[in-house]
Formats: sequence, C-alpha cells, structure tokens
Amino acid sequence: MPSTAQASLAVQPIMQIDNIVKEFSGVRVLHKVTIDIFPGEVLGVLGENGAGKSTLLKILCGIYQKTSGSIYFAGEEVQIDGPASAKSLGISMIPQEFNLINTLNVFENIFLGNEYSKGGLLDKKSMRIRTKALLDELQTELDPDALISTLSVAQKQMVEIAKALVSEVKVLIMDEPTTVLTDHEVKILFALVARLKKRGVTLVFISHKLKEVKKLCDRLIILRDGYLVSIDDVDDIEEADMARKMVGRELNQIYPEKVLGQSETVLKVANLSIKGLLHDINFELKKGEILGFAGLIGAGRTETAEAIMGLRTCDSANIEINGEPVSIDNVGDAVACKMAYLSEDRQGKGLVMNFDIVKNISLISLAKYVRGLISTKLEKQQAQQYVERFDIKAASIASELINLSGGNQQKVYLAKWMDTEPQILILDEPTRGIDVNTKKEIYHFIHEMTQQGMSVIVISSELEELIGLTSRVIVMREGAIVGELCGDDINDQEIMYYAAGIKGGV
Amino acid sequence: MSENTKIIMTAPQSPLSRLSRLPWASYAPLIALLVLLAFSAIASEHFLIPRNLTNVLRQVSYTGIIALGMTFVIIAGGIDLSVGSMVALVGVICVMLLNWFGDGWYAVIFAIGAAVLMGAALGALNGLIITRGKVASFIATLATMSILRSLTLYISDAGEVVSENSFFPEIGGGYWLGIPIPVWVFAILALICHVLLKHTAYGRHVCAVGSNATVASYSAIKVRWVYFTTFVIAGAMVGISAVLLSSRLNSVSPGDAGLFYELDAIAAVVIGGTALSGGKGTIWGTVIGVIILGIINNMLNLLGVSAYLQGTVKGLVILIAVLAQFKGDR
Repeated sequence: MPSTAQASLAVQPIMQIDNIVKEFSGVRVLHKVTIDIFPGEVLGVLGENGAGKSTLLKILCGIYQKTSGSIYFAGEEVQIDGPASAKSLGISMIPQEFNLINTLNVFENIFLGNEYSKGGLLDKKSMRIRTKALLDELQTELDPDALISTLSVAQKQMVEIAKALVSEVKVLIMDEPTTVLTDHEVKILFALVARLKKRGVTLVFISHKLKEVKKLCDRLIILRDGYLVSIDDVDDIEEADMARKMVGRELNQIYPEKVLGQSETVLKVANLSIKGLLHDINFELKKGEILGFAGLIGAGRTETAEAIMGLRTCDSANIEINGEPVSIDNVGDAVACKMAYLSEDRQGKGLVMNFDIVKNISLISLAKYVRGLISTKLEKQQAQQYVERFDIKAASIASELINLSGGNQQKVYLAKWMDTEPQILILDEPTRGIDVNTKKEIYHFIHEMTQQGMSVIVISSELEELIGLTSRVIVMREGAIVGELCGDDINDQEIMYYAAGIKGGV
Repeated sequence: MSENTKIIMTAPQSPLSRLSRLPWASYAPLIALLVLLAFSAIASEHFLIPRNLTNVLRQVSYTGIIALGMTFVIIAGGIDLSVGSMVALVGVICVMLLNWFGDGWYAVIFAIGAAVLMGAALGALNGLIITRGKVASFIATLATMSILRSLTLYISDAGEVVSENSFFPEIGGGYWLGIPIPVWVFAILALICHVLLKHTAYGRHVCAVGSNATVASYSAIKVRWVYFTTFVIAGAMVGISAVLLSSRLNSVSPGDAGLFYELDAIAAVVIGGTALSGGKGTIWGTVIGVIILGIINNMLNLLGVSAYLQGTVKGLVILIAVLAQFKGDR
C-alpha cells in the first residue's frame, strides 16, 4: 500500500478538527479532540461502544452541534450547523441505519431533496440517466427503477453511497458499513473504497473489526472514553496494540476454551420445511454444546431459528426436546420448552426501547413476579442482579434502553432471555455492532452457561466468531443445510466453500 | 472488570432525549391543572362553590369513563372513534330494555348489566374487525361510528327514548356522601384501570404492544389478543357511561347523545400526556386531562364566553398539549 499518509503530510488538510468538546446536559462525552484529515486518505476511527466515535462524526456532518472548539474545512473555519451545511461543504455520512424511503425507487431516493426539474415538473429522464451513470461507476447492476423495499441490505448501502456521490462529496463518513454485509459484499465495498479514493474522496471509516481497519485504512485514530488516545499510520500498529489502546489494557483470550457437547441430544430438528424458504432441515444439538450456523445472508439461518421458536408457520417440522416430540406453535410454547432466541435485530425485535432495564428484563418472565399484582420490588432486585452479573453499564436500572450503548443493550437482551431460565439458547448475530471488550464478555458468558449444561446455537456472519467459539458448524445455503464441519475443519476456507456452493452442492 | 472499563459512560443518544426524561415533563398535566385551578378561583367567585365543583365533576365523569377505556386503546397503538355513537346505541337499547322489563330495581340492575355487556360486545366487534380483518383502527372505528349512529336512529325512529322506570334516574342523579354517583363510579373505575395498567402483567403487555408490536410478539406476548381486549375494555366503559348518562337525563336522544364524545375522550387522553403513537401513558394523566377540559368548559360558562367559542378554546388546549408532548419526545 502506498503510504498516502506520508505523502499527504506535505499537502494541506482538507479538514482540521481543533479541540472539539461535546457535552450532553453537562456530561462531557468528547474531550478536546484534535485531528487533521488529509485529502484522499482513508481514516479509520476505532473505539469501544460509547467511546465517542459516532458523536464525533455526527458533529462533522451536522447532526450534533459541538459544545466548543473549531472546525476548519480547506483551511477556513466553518460552522456546521446542520446536515444541509455539511452537505454544501461536501461532507456526507452513510449511517448505520439507512435513511432510505422504502416506497420509493432507487433514483427517487438518490435525488430526494435535490430533484432535477424541467418547467416545474420532475425531470425523471435526466435523473435516471445520472443514476445509471453513478451505479455503473460503482460497478453495481442495480436498476434505477427498483423499489428500495425489494433490495438487499448491501444494495441499499450502495444506494446510500450513490446518494452521497450525487452531490459532489469530498469527505465521506461511513459508520460501521461492513456490519451488515457478508464477506463477499465486504470485498465489493472495499474495491469501491479504493475507487473512491482514486477520485480524491476522503473517507472516514468507523469499524469494530480490527482486521478490516488494518486492510483498508491509511491512518487510524483511537478514541477511548471521549479522549483521543492515538493517531497512527496503519503500518505502524499491530492489531493487538489497537485492541489494547481501545480498552486501555491488555486484552487476551477473546475466546474461551472450546467445549465439546455431551452425548445427550437436547434438541432434534427433523424435516423442517417452509415452502420457498427452508428445505428439509435436519440437525441435532447436544447438551452443553456450542453449535454454529454459518452461511451468507439469506441462506435461511434466521428463518430456521424463527421456525423452531414458533415464529413462523412451517409446512412440516418434527421437533424433539430431550427425546420428547413437542409441538411449538408460538413463542409461548417455545418458552415453555425452555428455549430462548435472541434475534439479530435487537432494537426492532428484541427490546422495547422506551421501557427501562427492569421492564425489559421481566417482559417474558413477568409471571414470576406476580404476587396478585406485579411485585416491582422483586422485579428490581432481579434486574439489579443481572446488571451486576453482566456488568451492564447504565445510569440506573430505571434507564430507558434507548439511552444505553449497543453492547449494554445486548446484555439486557441476554438478561431478558436468561430470566426465562432456558436450556437451549439460540443467539442470532450476538455480537453485531458490539465492541471487542463486550464481545469477550459475551463469549465467556456463553461458555460459562454451557458448563452448567445449557446448549447454545450461534448464528453468525463473522467467521472468526464461529471459528473461535464453536465446536461444530452447520453451513446453510439457499434454505438448506449443505455442510457440517467439526474440529480443525472449522476454518474460513471450508466454511466459505460450502456457503458459496463450491462444496456440498444441493 | 478492570478499573478502566468501569468508568465508561453510556453515550447519550441526543440532548433532547435527556430533556424528555426530566420529571417536569411527566408532571406537566398536573401542573397545568393546578395553574388552571388557581386561575379559575381568582377569575370567578362562583368557581369554588362546592355545588359548582361537584357539577363539574359530574359533567366530566361521562366522557371521563370513556377516556379511561380510550387510554388503553391508545397506549396499545390504536384509536376508537366509535365510542360516541356507541353511547347513543347502548343508551337507547338500555332504556328500551328497561321499559320492556317494567318497573323496579331488578329491572335497573338487569338493564345496567345488559348495557355493559352490549358495550363490551360492540367493542369486541371493533376489535375483531381490527385484529382479524387487519383493518387500521382509525378506519374500522370510523366505519362503526357511522354504522352505530345510523342503527341508533333507525331503532328509535329518530325520536327521544324516555325511561318509565321510577328508580332509574337515581343512578345518574343520586348522591352518596354528598358526591354524585357518576363521580364515584368514575373514581372507582379510574382506580381499577390504574391498577390494571400499572400493576398487572396485562397492563405491561398493553404498553409493550403499543411500543413495538414486533418486539412484543418475539417476547411471547399474544399481541392480537392484547390489542383486541383494549377495544373490549373501551366498549365496556362506554356501556357504563351510557347507563349513567341516560339515567341522568332519564332519556336518550338518538341524534345528540354521545355526539363528539370520541373527540373529548381522545383530547383528555392526549392532554393527560399519553402518546398518540402508543407505548406510554397513565390513567391519572387521563383523569387530569378530563378534569382540565371540564374546568375550561365551566369557566367559559361562568365568564359568559359565547358557547360558540368554546370549541376554539378546547381546540387550542389540545394543540398546546400535543405541541408540549412533541417537544418532549424529540
């Protein structure tokens, strides 16, 4: 990689962030952060959840206003007082949650807010042509007339990028763009980043994935608790150092020791089919085992879990728990069978964001706390125990979930299901968008539970996670199980061979 | 956990979300009521007369009882526009049953039971259309609002239905310990509803369904059942209100009875701080909302303001309440 960072030292920074401070109601979340950003570089921003990454970048693109400090753009001091003024400078952000309108099509979204018009009417033809040109440049096959609701997550991200490019973007900020992508899609995104860089676009890139940062970025900054900890050339810093600087201490042993399942089968799924989605799924889960489910997005892993939990109507399914056939028609049945499922969509399907920690934890297991009426005292005591056990960081147990960081939300989600005292725990992307330290805590917790006899299924798109955590991996593709890997066979290459259809053809 | 990670604070989502958590926001309806009381006491010497106060309370108890049921519906994420027409239909049928049954207390008790059941059944009908037919509650109850009013006019031949039972007027017109019976009923129902909403699993489920129905269904909550039952509760409340109202007047006028009650009930719920988007709200807020509306009406009368302007004032109060709520939410 040519060291653009070195070269760019000679040129003037496109953006200078000078002593930026941000406070929310008197609580300081950014402490005098000073960074120079050079044109055409890819700047990585690392930090744990709550370190201030998103806050910093939201200030740059006008969503938040700084409390003090100054921002210079191309050498001149600027006031970025809203997304519009950021946009007029050429600063765009691709948020984690996309801002696309599902009922409109691709080109309408791309031009939303700055539509071309001719004689007072929309000039759809020019917009289509411009959109097509942009999409070609991004080397995607997207149809400008495709409805957003019909697109995959990766395609939606492309539309967001195109939307940023249509208004001559100079600085493009991406907030964890790869968390929602499969490995293959990540490669496409990386190629795109390289092309954007060639066009002279400056990229600022937030990520939790150290490998990715190492591969993609020229320089990286690390934030911790709102302080800028370091600015490094990416070639001068090892992944271990990044992790250490992020958490402020040595981080060893992210993954606990592997456990093998016992001989006893706790869950047996046979002939599970849903027309058009799942084809004859058969597998067994052993007691105390951590079983991985790998596959590309859309391979049917989430659907399998939801079918087992009674969240989907199956055309056929024979499910046995501890050797007994059971019939599961709704989540209530699944809970009664001591099964738990943490959805990949923690905010959309998992937690009531305007409920506090206590009410979220007791939502499923509420009957436990009813003594005629709900005993809020028991409820709070229990919640307090989980807060301590999982080290959930929040102002108090009466904090609404919306005020917790992603990692802490995930811990509350875990506590909510642990409170149902499950024997079988299904985790769907359990560490998506979560910092490395919380990940470690969650891994070790899963491990601890298996020691106590709980059986766990982990659905993950992060191969590293499956490789580090599980003793057996089932690979799915297009709604069917195409392979099963054990022990040393669990590696990137084998999993991808099956997931992509090179091995185990149906 | 090491010392280092202990100090990590959760990043606040936005400065405004913090504002909404300040206690004053949730006490806003109470503060508004106190200000209104103080103003009213100063502006009119007649306001604080006990007779006036009990009258105000009696007047608000009819829509107040309906607003209690409406609170459940709105928290669960719905709306019920049919309550006004339902008051008229249940009232008319209640009085007709009473006259058919003859004189005596047992007739009154029978008619009351029938009215409450009928209200609940009509609520269940709304609930079925909405949860089974998957029709938005606004549209479904807009339709039943029209249907119920028209049926009322049809079965009564658009003429006033007068009760012949000599005991019936006692319920709506009577007093106990110097306080009108409808006020007692309102107070007791408010207490029951408060406990139901705040201290039972059912109430918690109503809030969860209104906040995020998907999360609720993933949490083993029977979303459709919960949503359905809120309409049944609303209907039962309408039944009770219809009995009290027709008893007070000893008659029901099919064209006017319960007219615009849906608006008053929704207004009271909103003024009381319940989010129209669902998910959160309180019964005591609704009670305060109901009383605020009642006092405003009363004051406008006492101050001799044109009756035609009362709607304007009411509308402005609703707007202010919603604007305050909107600011708190964003």
